[in-house]
Amino acid sequence: MKDENNKEKIKSLRNVPMHYCPGCGHTIAHRLICEVIDELDIREKMIGIAPVGCAVIAYDYWNFDVTEAAHGRPPAVATGIKRVEPDKIVFTYQGDGDLASIGTAEIIHCANRGENISVFFINNAIYGMTGGQMAPTTLIGQKTATTLTGRDIKRDGYPLKICELLALLPGAKYIERVALSSAENIRQAKRAMKKAFQTQIENKGFSLVEILSPCPTNWRLSPAEAMKWIDKKMTSYFPLGVVKDD
Amino acid sequence: MTERIICAGFGGQGIVTLGKILAHTGMLEKRNVTYIPKYGAEMRGGTAHCMVIISDNLISSPLVSVPDSAIVMNLPSLLKFEESLKAKGDLFLNSSLIKKETERKDIRVIKIPATEIATKLGNKQVANMVMLGAYFKQKRMFFEENIFIALEEVLNKPELLSINKQAVKEGMKEVSEKYISDL
Amino acid sequence: MNNKNSRRILVSGNEAVGEAAIQAGCTFYAGYPITPQNELTAYMSRRMSETGGTFIQAESELAAINMVFGASAAGARAMTSSSSPGISLKQEGISYLVGCKLPAVIVNMMRAGPGLGNITPAQGDYFQATRGGGHGDYRTIVLAPSSVQEAFELQILAFDLADKYRNPVILLGDGTLGQMMEPLTLHPTPYTLHATQKPWAVTGCKEREPNVIRSLFLKEGVLEEHNKKLQKKFAEIEKKEIRYEEKNTEDAEVILVAYGTVSRICQAVMEKARRKGAKVGLIRPITLWPFPYGMINKLADLKKKFLVIEMNYGQMLEDVKLAAEGKSKVKFYGRGGGGIPQEEEIMTELLHFSLS
Repeated sequence: MKDENNKEKIKSLRNVPMHYCPGCGHTIAHRLICEVIDELDIREKMIGIAPVGCAVIAYDYWNFDVTEAAHGRPPAVATGIKRVEPDKIVFTYQGDGDLASIGTAEIIHCANRGENISVFFINNAIYGMTGGQMAPTTLIGQKTATTLTGRDIKRDGYPLKICELLALLPGAKYIERVALSSAENIRQAKRAMKKAFQTQIENKGFSLVEILSPCPTNWRLSPAEAMKWIDKKMTSYFPLGVVKDD
Repeated sequence: MTERIICAGFGGQGIVTLGKILAHTGMLEKRNVTYIPKYGAEMRGGTAHCMVIISDNLISSPLVSVPDSAIVMNLPSLLKFEESLKAKGDLFLNSSLIKKETERKDIRVIKIPATEIATKLGNKQVANMVMLGAYFKQKRMFFEENIFIALEEVLNKPELLSINKQAVKEGMKEVSEKYISDL
Repeated sequence: MNNKNSRRILVSGNEAVGEAAIQAGCTFYAGYPITPQNELTAYMSRRMSETGGTFIQAESELAAINMVFGASAAGARAMTSSSSPGISLKQEGISYLVGCKLPAVIVNMMRAGPGLGNITPAQGDYFQATRGGGHGDYRTIVLAPSSVQEAFELQILAFDLADKYRNPVILLGDGTLGQMMEPLTLHPTPYTLHATQKPWAVTGCKEREPNVIRSLFLKEGVLEEHNKKLQKKFAEIEKKEIRYEEKNTEDAEVILVAYGTVSRICQAVMEKARRKGAKVGLIRPITLWPFPYGMINKLADLKKKFLVIEMNYGQMLEDVKLAAEGKSKVKFYGRGGGGIPQEEEIMTELLHFSLS
């Protein structure tokens, strides 16, 4: 089926305008996930969990079953859903504040139990919705609304490397870090997402894809500059690639 | 009929089991019963006690402030509960561990060398069952059959059933030999 | 539960609540150990594995309530249990459950606070339970059993009410009830449960439009409409679900008002006082929310005095005062921090109040 712009219609993505800022990575990430769901033909088995953060109304865009969850708790909610509906495909979509700060306990224990779910972790090194404050993944020296002179390790600690941390857990089966910074990287991101769902479909256990994602608005950069900033600054601290594939 | 009982000793003396068998026997006799342990944070040692009420009426409060009977397995428990016992109440003492005489003159004291008897049987852990036997014999409130059914159902450990039964019987014997008369 | 011959079994309140959940068709339990309700968690662990349900020992109370959220969202009858400090942690999740219109059963075997307090019984969480407890404008149904048998029956009712109103229900006991053993009669026939269809659950959108479970409404006025619907539901619950027990109130001059464990102590006091010729009655609210304001109000019209007894420093007291609307005298006696009001103490208060 084709949409009004004569593009192939993605069944899992509702045909509505998104509220995201120009150049925001959520738009790309949403589309990639929905394309993968269509390609795997699992839309009718999907149960997504929307985060708290800029993507809080992801269910307005996703055309399958979705529930909200309290900030940081999607892995616990996903656990409840997947245990009750083990044949369905369950994923959480979480930002860096949600997953790596307020929900650190939930994500670690979910991975450690080897819950058979997929996690898409959007890391843009900043808090978007609340106005550009420091995230647990904010880079050293990066200026934010709450680190005016840049993140200071003595005061603020270090950016948290979630993939490497979770890779230590035997319950975690597939972990990869990707970026939305170029056409090639975006293609790789999609491959990773597909692999995450396949890991779940094959009942292997916990899978997570960390997605380095641009936030031009809060980074105070143009969309094009934001893409370069990912490649130049973020990937040196958060290296791309498969971190674990059991 | 309402019988309010406090069972007390140190942790590990089987106070909880003692209380549960009492309550269970009451239940088998189609009476109303409540059992409540004084629960603590520690798992072993320390003092332990529980409250059991057996009644033909509805039991309002499961808490026992003035017991009709007290089964007391060690000295600290005697000091704690001897005052609260009802006048003309029955105090069952483990005389193997309690050498002190009670100050009370208005109660009946049934001294049972429970730990010694249990040790002779080969397991001092069953001193609680010796006390239980003494209690049952003295009170004459229950059918003996029900006592042993309760024992079996609460203990749920077939390998220990025989020695526990024997301990109850020894306790009963101790009472029939020494404390026939009333106060 | 090891009596093979009789349907009457000797169990603790914690175990009775657990068995009731199984009988009610609960298939999902998540919890975190805390005294004095550990027997319940252990019981669910055993019974869920026997019945093919799910038991999860969660990493925290927060995780436990959110696992329940997920299980409920997917259509299961789900529950969690804890004691006071753990229930505080669950408040976030309870607020979301209400906002998302999800059923769930939460058991609180209260212990003494504030803070860590200790593990002795208390009724200090009355306000928290009956006023919503978390953020936002909401209520949860609160059931307060006073015996092991009633705990069993109300726990089954809790699941039915939760599904009926798509709202969390709290079973509010205290450490005494959880730990106390009493004979429990297991009914030979199962209860008639709401054979609830849950077309709203997220189970995959096969052959239907996608379902969305949410408490977030950003468009102007929509959240207000959502709240109005919730309030309408709460009003319906207030109309239909009030439960209480009333004894000797017709001729009573003083009426004791107490719930849970304390109501049993008050029952004993009432009986003693009656034997001495004092005209004493007893009201035992079984639902703490919705609270039986109406019947207390009618008794206040008759100038009957109320003596409220609690294991706290006066929480339900405020509801009794609201109900009495200043038309009759309301007095209070309570002990907190693990102290249990004793029969003699209540009798003394009763005597003073009768003479006043």
